Amino acid sequence: MAILFIRRLVQMALILLGVAAITFVLLYALPADPARMIAGRSATAQTVANIRRELGLDQSLPVQFWSYLSNLLQGNLGRSYAQKTEVATLIMARLPATLTLMFSGIVVEVVLGLTLGTIAAVRRGGFVDRLVMMASFVGVSAPQFVVALLLLYVFAATLGWFPMSGYGTFSHVVLPAATLGVLGAGWYARMVRSAMIDVLNQDYVRTARAKGLSSRRITFRHALPNAVLPVIAMIGIDIGQFMGGVVVVEAVYGWPGIGQLAWQAIQQVDIPIIMGVTLTSALAIILGNLVADLIAPVIDPRIRTR
Amino acid sequence: MRVMKELLRQPVALFGILIVLTVVIAALAAPMIAPFDPDNQMFDGLSLEGAPLPPGGPFLLGTDTLGRDLFSRLLYGARTSLIIGLVANGVAVTIGLFVGIVAGYVRGFFGTLLMRFTDLMMAFPALLLAIVLAALLRPSLWIVAMVIALVNWVQVARIVYTETRGLVERDFIMAERSLGAGHGRILFLHILPHLMPTAIVWGTLGIATTVLLEATLSFLGIGVQPPQPSWGNIIFESQSYFQAAPWLVFFPGAIILLTALSFNLVGDALRDILDPTQRGRG
Repeated sequence: MAILFIRRLVQMALILLGVAAITFVLLYALPADPARMIAGRSATAQTVANIRRELGLDQSLPVQFWSYLSNLLQGNLGRSYAQKTEVATLIMARLPATLTLMFSGIVVEVVLGLTLGTIAAVRRGGFVDRLVMMASFVGVSAPQFVVALLLLYVFAATLGWFPMSGYGTFSHVVLPAATLGVLGAGWYARMVRSAMIDVLNQDYVRTARAKGLSSRRITFRHALPNAVLPVIAMIGIDIGQFMGGVVVVEAVYGWPGIGQLAWQAIQQVDIPIIMGVTLTSALAIILGNLVADLIAPVIDPRIRTR
Repeated sequence: MRVMKELLRQPVALFGILIVLTVVIAALAAPMIAPFDPDNQMFDGLSLEGAPLPPGGPFLLGTDTLGRDLFSRLLYGARTSLIIGLVANGVAVTIGLFVGIVAGYVRGFFGTLLMRFTDLMMAFPALLLAIVLAALLRPSLWIVAMVIALVNWVQVARIVYTETRGLVERDFIMAERSLGAGHGRILFLHILPHLMPTAIVWGTLGIATTVLLEATLSFLGIGVQPPQPSWGNIIFESQSYFQAAPWLVFFPGAIILLTALSFNLVGDALRDILDPTQRGRG
């Protein structure tokens, strides 16, 4: 167990290192020049060269990467080019907003997905099942930004139930969370449905039925707990989807999270922030998968013996 | 033929095929169908106050903020979306097939290396990567297509890898090998044909993802650049105006949704037909 855990940690560190290396090389190779961006349009070549030297951008790629990496290992993500602030501080300031959004979105999609998927599985082949399956298809095919704008139009601009944008109170989080959650629920509903159908066909469910248990008891006490496992794994994967999705949703709703931070940084070619956000996202994805893998054996003891 | 017949028998798949065909025809015949030049900023395309015209009248779906006919722009936008869908997804599936087959067949150090790289890409926030790349490169139709291909091949590679590993163990491959068949012959004549169903399914499902990704990038202003119309950048251009002219957001939005939905429906039906073990599992 301990060896497995250590192996896993080493693996995670290697993946993070890989993500850092690839992003760094990509940002280095791309034609956008941060020094010119900072200096402004009218700056002389001399000014640009000075800024470049100041930021260490005149050094070769391996040297630059090495100095970034040695800083990173000391927990230092560097300073933002444009804002002159520590990147770690900037990210930590924005992280609570994004985590709130992500958590609310996941709650919405898991609750919605579990409910719809279970109903569809129990009523397999019927009208309700087809309706849920069709809705889930629409959910996975809908462009996030259009749904965001639609919700904004209906519930904020027309009905005035929720604020157009901003952050702070519960009513601010409803629309962004609904955007993320309603779309994601499609995946969950499909997965829960197929897992539930598998479980409902198993012998122990037939036994339960033969014992004369009510179908509600069979569905919720006997079948559902065994169908939850893929959902846990899915949440792990989902965090990765969220980290990208927040850029769009935060942009539409003016949500002050790391998606907005990244978007701003991308436009200013603020490489330290782009690196920082990418690494934070990758870390979130890796941790999400790790937690999913750790929870799985708790829920399903069969995995422990493997 | 059998596949086609089974596809047509499912109402949902049929619906998907019809929409896909409509989009393809709209894209091909755009110059013939479009009532106006999509880039023409018409004087009578704006109201006296300079606002875009709502749907109805000579402009079937209304006009945009510059007085261009929305219907014509949507027709030409179908070209953009389909070209990117086909090219980007074609490249992604090709890369995925190549990486997956090689890693699954060669194994050893090189195969492991390829798979570790694929795992690494799985940990990348794909959309974020696409946004960074598209924003920092000079965006154009082909750049957008390449960026999308670059983030979308990973999933295909994983699936192909798993399937190839299963195939390599099968008896008929061993029989081929003992008959003295070379690696090239085994790979192209015996393994590749078995992977075709997967390639076809992902070639279809992937187009939905690609259309959505293109629309998202264009919506952020870093995809296909105006005046060249794309469904995403039509929304991008009129976003700040959407309370006054909601049709400029919701017509293109509905079309993006319908197109992605149709490719998903067809792809899903294809998967059911080509891979009976997955049938009804959603």
